Amino acid sequence: MKKIMRHFFTLSLTIAAMLSVISQSFAQSEKTYDLGFQEAATPVAERMHDFHTLLLYIITGISVFVLFLLIYVVVRFNAKANPEPSQTTHNTLLEVLWTGIPVLILIVIAVPSFKLLYYTDRPVDPEMTLKVTGYQWYWGYEYPEYDGLSFLSYMIPDEEIDPATQKRNLSTDNVVVLPVDTTILVQVTAADVIHSFAMPSFGIKTDAVPGRLNETWIRITKPGTYYGQCSEICGTNHAYMPIEIKAVPKDEFEAWIEGAKDKFAMNDQPGTTQTAFLQ
Amino acid sequence: MTQTDTHTHGHDDHHDHHPGFFARWFMSTNHKDIGTLYIIFSIIAGIIGGAFSMLMRLELQDPGLQIVADGQMWNVWITAHGLIMVFFVVMPGLIGGFGNWFLPLMIGAPDMAFPRLNNISFWLLVPAFLLLLGSAFIDSGAGTGWTIYPPLSASLGHPGMSVDMAIFALHLAGASSILGAANFITTILNMRAPGMTLHKMPLFVWAMLVTAFLLVLAVPVLGGAITMLLTDRNFGTDFFNPEGGGDPILFQHLFWFFGHPEVYIMILPAFGIVSHIVATFSKKPIFGYLGMAYAMVAIGFVGFIVWAHHMFTVGLDVDTRAYFTAATLIIAVPTGIKIFSWIATMWGGSIEFKTPMLWAVGFIFLFTVGGVTGVVLANGGMDIALHDTYYVVAHFHYVLSLGAVFALFAGFYYWIAKMSGRQYPEWMGKLHFWLTFIGVNMIFFPQHFLGLGGMTRRYPDYPDVYAGWNEISSYGAYLTGIATLFFVFVVFYTLLFGKKAKGNVWDVQPQVMTLEWTLSSPPPFHQFEIQPKVN
Repeated sequence: MKKIMRHFFTLSLTIAAMLSVISQSFAQSEKTYDLGFQEAATPVAERMHDFHTLLLYIITGISVFVLFLLIYVVVRFNAKANPEPSQTTHNTLLEVLWTGIPVLILIVIAVPSFKLLYYTDRPVDPEMTLKVTGYQWYWGYEYPEYDGLSFLSYMIPDEEIDPATQKRNLSTDNVVVLPVDTTILVQVTAADVIHSFAMPSFGIKTDAVPGRLNETWIRITKPGTYYGQCSEICGTNHAYMPIEIKAVPKDEFEAWIEGAKDKFAMNDQPGTTQTAFLQ
Repeated sequence: MTQTDTHTHGHDDHHDHHPGFFARWFMSTNHKDIGTLYIIFSIIAGIIGGAFSMLMRLELQDPGLQIVADGQMWNVWITAHGLIMVFFVVMPGLIGGFGNWFLPLMIGAPDMAFPRLNNISFWLLVPAFLLLLGSAFIDSGAGTGWTIYPPLSASLGHPGMSVDMAIFALHLAGASSILGAANFITTILNMRAPGMTLHKMPLFVWAMLVTAFLLVLAVPVLGGAITMLLTDRNFGTDFFNPEGGGDPILFQHLFWFFGHPEVYIMILPAFGIVSHIVATFSKKPIFGYLGMAYAMVAIGFVGFIVWAHHMFTVGLDVDTRAYFTAATLIIAVPTGIKIFSWIATMWGGSIEFKTPMLWAVGFIFLFTVGGVTGVVLANGGMDIALHDTYYVVAHFHYVLSLGAVFALFAGFYYWIAKMSGRQYPEWMGKLHFWLTFIGVNMIFFPQHFLGLGGMTRRYPDYPDVYAGWNEISSYGAYLTGIATLFFVFVVFYTLLFGKKAKGNVWDVQPQVMTLEWTLSSPPPFHQFEIQPKVN
C-alpha cells in the first residue's frame, strides 16, 4: 500500500510539473493563454472563485486518482505481467466504500454550494437600480432613480476601433457608468428574443426573457472598466452586443449622471429611445 | 456474466433464404441487416456532422470572421452540427446499430420482436436527415442552436420555412426512436432464451432496456414541445409567446425534460459496450454485475428529475435551483460506482490491450474528466459563471465526443469481425485510437480554460484575448479530422482485405462469454434455429 501511495504522489507531482512547464512556455509567446477566471470585482464573484478553487482541488484529486488507478492496472495487470486472471467479482466492503465516500465528498461540496447560491440570490437593501433590456442586437439601459435616464449601447464596429483605448468585440459607444461600493439591483428583460446579461468579473449572468423581469445584484468593489457579452444565442449578431461597464467613485458617478441627463435628454419621452439614438 | 451452451450454428447457413439486393437492403426485416444500415447511416452522418465541426474550428482558429458570411450562417452550422451528432450519429450508431445487431444475439433471440416496425424505424430516419440538411439551405437556415428556444425559433426570430423543416425532421427522428424503443423493450421482455433471467442479462442488454424506457418517456415530450412551437409559428397559438399570455420558459422546461434524459440515452449504451469490452479483454467477469445494472437504472431514473440544471440563469426561484443542484450532484454516485467497477474488473485481470480495449480505457478516463466538470456545473451558484461558456462545451464534449463517440469506435472494433466476418489490422486500429485520443484532448481540454476566462458559446468571433487556446483547439480538430479520414480508410480496408475471422474472434473466455461469440462470423442470416439455453 505504501508503494502504491508513493507512486500516486510521484504521478501527481509529475503532472503538476508538466502543467507548469507548459504554461510557462506558453506565457513567453505573444498570444495569451489564461487559465482561470477574470479578476473578481464583486463579493459574489469573489465567493464564486473561492468555491471554484475548492471544487478544482476535489475534481483534480479525483481525476488524478482515477488516472493513477488506470495506469497501475495497465502496468500491473497486463497479460504479460499477470498471465493468470483472478475471478473476483465481489467485495462488499469495497462497494460500500466507493458508494459512501463519494456521498461524503458531495456533502463537502453541497454545503458551501448552497451558501453561495443563497448569497447570490438577493441583495440586502439595494441603493439603486439598473434596468437592462436586451434587443436584437444591442442593450438598452435605464436608471429609474435618476429621472429615468436611459440610453442604448451598441458595439463599436471593428473598423472604428481605436486599439490604444478600445477592445475589439467588447467596447461600446455608450458606456454604462456605475458607482463603486453601492449595492445595485439589476433588472433584466428583453424586447424580442431571449438574451443573457453576463458580466464575468461581477459573477452575474441573467437571462433577458421577453415578458419577464429577472433580478440580480452587484456591488462593485474596484473602480475600472469591465466587459461582458450576450450569453444566450439570439440571432445573427449574437457575438456583437457586448456590455461595457465603467465603475467609478460615487462623486464621479453623480457628475456623470448630470452630464448624461443632458446628453440623453431626448430619450425622456417613452418610445423615442430608438430615434434619439439614431439621430 | 452468463454461462452458455456453446453450439456451432455455422451449418445453418445453407438453409437461409437470401433475398435479392433491393429486397434485402430496402425492405429489410432482418435485425442484422437493419443494424448494418444504421451503422452505415451513422458513419455517413458522422462525416457530415464532423465536416461542420471542421468548418467551425477553421473559423475559430483566429479572431474575426474568416469563412462564415455572417452570424446567421454560423448559427446554422452549430445547429446542424449539434442535431446531426445527437440524432443522426450517436443515437443511430449506438442504439439502432449495435442495439439491433447485438441485442437479439445476446439474449438468444432469432430476431427483434417486430421486424417490420424495425424497418420503418430506420427508414423514418433517412427522410428526417434529408429534411434537416435541407433546412440549412431554405431561407436563412435554422440558426437556433440545437435547443431551438423560442422566441428565436418562433416566427419572430426565424420567419421562413427552415425551422418548420427542422421541426419536421425532429418529428420523424423522434417517431423513429419511439418505435425502435418499443421494439427493444418488447424484445428484451419477451424473447430472452430460456434461463436468461433479468439478472443474468448481459449489461449491454440492461443498458438498452433502460435506454429504451428513457426514449419512450422522454421523446414524446419533445414531440409535444416542438408541435406547440409549430402551431405557434403557423397557426397563431401562443404557447410560448408572452404577448399572447404564453411563456418562453415553458418551452425550456419541456425541452430539457426531454433533453436531459436524452444525454443518458446517448451514454447508457456506451456504458454497456464498455462493460463487455473491459470484461472480455481482462478475462474477468464484470465486477459487481448487479451494482452495474442498477447503477444504470438509477442514472436513468435520476436523469428525469434534474432537467432544470440547464436553466440556472433563466430566473428560477432560488429554492428550485437548490433542489436541482442537490438532485444533480446525486448522479455522481451511480456514475462513480460504474467507473470504479470497471477499474475493479480490470484489477487482477490479465489484460490484453487490443484496439477495443484502448478505446474502452480511454473512455473510462475521459468520461471521468467530463464527469467531474459536470459536478462543478451542477452547483447552481457556480454555474452562473460557467453557463453558456466554453466550459460547458468542454464538459459535454468530454462525455459525448470523448465518451459516446469513443464507445462507438470501441464497439466498432470489438464487433466488426463478428459483423463482417473480416478483422481489421491491429496496428491500424491502434494508430486510429492514438491520433484521435491526442486530437480530441487538444481540442477540448483548452476549452475549459476558455470557459473559465468567460468565452461565450455559439460565437463565430471572439475577443482577441482568447486567441491562443482557440488556435491550439483548432489544430487538435485538424488532427482529429485526419484520424477520422483514416478511420474511413480502415473501414474500407477491413471490408475488402481484412483477414477472415473465426466465430470467437477474441477468444472470449467462458466466464465472460456472451451469446454472439458462439455464432459464426458473420452470423448466419437467421440465427438460433435451435434455441440456446442459458445455465
